[in-house]
Amino acid sequence: MQVYLPIADLPVNIFLVLGMGLAVGFISGMFGIGGGFLMTPLLIFIGIPPAVSVASVASHIAASSFTGALNYWRRRAVDVALALMLLSAGIVGTATGVWLFTLLRALDQLDLVIGVSYVVLLTAVGGLMINEGLRAELRARRGQPATLRRPGSHNWVHGLPLKMRFKRSKIYVSAIPVWGIGFIIGFVGAIMGIGGGFLLVPMLIYFLRVPTATVIGTSMILTLITMASATVMHAATNHLVDAILAVILMVGGVIGAQFGVRTGHKMRPERLRLLLGLLVFAVGIRFAYELVVPPDDLYSLRVVSPK
Amino acid sequence: MIARLAIALAFALAAPAAHAERLVVSLSNARIAVTSNYVGENLVLFGTVQPDAGGQLKSDYALVVTASGPSETLRTRRKARVLGIFVNVDSREFVRVPSYLTIITDRPIGQIAGPEVLRRLQVGMDNYILTQRVGADFADTVTDDPFRKAFIRLKDQQHLYGQSDMAVTFLTSTVFRASIPVPANAATGRYDVDVKLFAQGGMVARTATAFDVTKAGIEQYVVESSQDHGLLYGLATMSMALAIGWLASAAFRRD
Repeated sequence: MQVYLPIADLPVNIFLVLGMGLAVGFISGMFGIGGGFLMTPLLIFIGIPPAVSVASVASHIAASSFTGALNYWRRRAVDVALALMLLSAGIVGTATGVWLFTLLRALDQLDLVIGVSYVVLLTAVGGLMINEGLRAELRARRGQPATLRRPGSHNWVHGLPLKMRFKRSKIYVSAIPVWGIGFIIGFVGAIMGIGGGFLLVPMLIYFLRVPTATVIGTSMILTLITMASATVMHAATNHLVDAILAVILMVGGVIGAQFGVRTGHKMRPERLRLLLGLLVFAVGIRFAYELVVPPDDLYSLRVVSPK
Repeated sequence: MIARLAIALAFALAAPAAHAERLVVSLSNARIAVTSNYVGENLVLFGTVQPDAGGQLKSDYALVVTASGPSETLRTRRKARVLGIFVNVDSREFVRVPSYLTIITDRPIGQIAGPEVLRRLQVGMDNYILTQRVGADFADTVTDDPFRKAFIRLKDQQHLYGQSDMAVTFLTSTVFRASIPVPANAATGRYDVDVKLFAQGGMVARTATAFDVTKAGIEQYVVESSQDHGLLYGLATMSMALAIGWLASAAFRRD
């Protein structure tokens, strides 16, 4: 069944889009990520203009992270203080990112920068997670206990000043790396059109040693706030949010996320991280392939203005 | 002097009357409403060639229908390999060109008139002026300019530009029917239809009509609210996201 998208200006198959929402929602609920890094390329692939995709995906991510966040909230697995600290720096990062986004778009190099950032970030983060996940898997095979938290092991991050205590996560860290991570997430999110959950989760685990119990719920709260405000900002400034597309994605997304959260809870955290690592790495390789292999058409069009 | 001017003026005014025929055309639909199940439409243009007062009809008419959609400015970019990866290295801006362009005829364009006449009257895709911004200048380049060719090819792939010499049919020697495809991704706005009648290698009559592509129903409502009340629209979309998220969470709650 075809349905016409008023802002994207083209008809799409409603079941295809609903299915995409379900699939990405499932992954997002399972790993506690927004799933923008999967959904945005998928929408562009079925012909929706990139700008409309980025803007509409924001609202879809807001919906699925809200339903996920509610589940984690009930389990008391959300560290609000940590989320707010990350958010305060994230806003600055987003503003910087939006400024660079506009500049690069005018120079016709936005696609390249998005492509290269996807490759570098996804392969690096994915590789790290696979490495960590495999080691944990090996330890489990040998019958050793999975060492989730090593209370004694402090890295250089813990030597920084301005220390703060985050009670829910049971960590005592400097505010500087928290702000740094928040800034990076906001910046990268604006440039790449993603919530940044897949980056945030490993960064919180590896740099701040946030326990797995609270990391996903906290990341979801942050994703929810950034994506909800991104929706409003995109709608108010660029008029690019397609409400019809958004609703179809949301309905699929929230249902998928529910099942994803359940599946995620049945799995060991190490295995979950390994799987997410593989997924992130695969998407990174996909983008690398696109940059290196000669495109079907060397030429492309971009609408500068509707006049 | 005045007399000579008057004669010249009389000739100028009389010039159109020198033609023996005029065109009467009608579109099957003057307004295409884009609704939620819109997947494109074929408009039909009917027309007849009528003799003008005292005129005599010729035997072999050729017809050119040019339909052009709302104008837009686009940039055509070319990629090349730089340090192993593909990067946009060059671009040209096409200024205020039609977002949609269909040129249909009843026979191959070369058989309608001489190249000079075709070029002057912008008949055919090759002769249609697509203005490019080259540095500070505005000009249309040669037909085989690679950016121009790429632009037309990309538009053709989107079904927005096209040329066909079989879409016009003469039912009798003076009654014709032309079919104008309007794809689902056609922009909303006014579409101009220019109809030119040729005989013996020259244009003998010309007329114009138009149709509108507009959004209707919920589509129209969504577009209007997103344009006129962006902030409210954004807040509404966000609230909808939260509501759907909460509903799903409540519906699937087990504890």
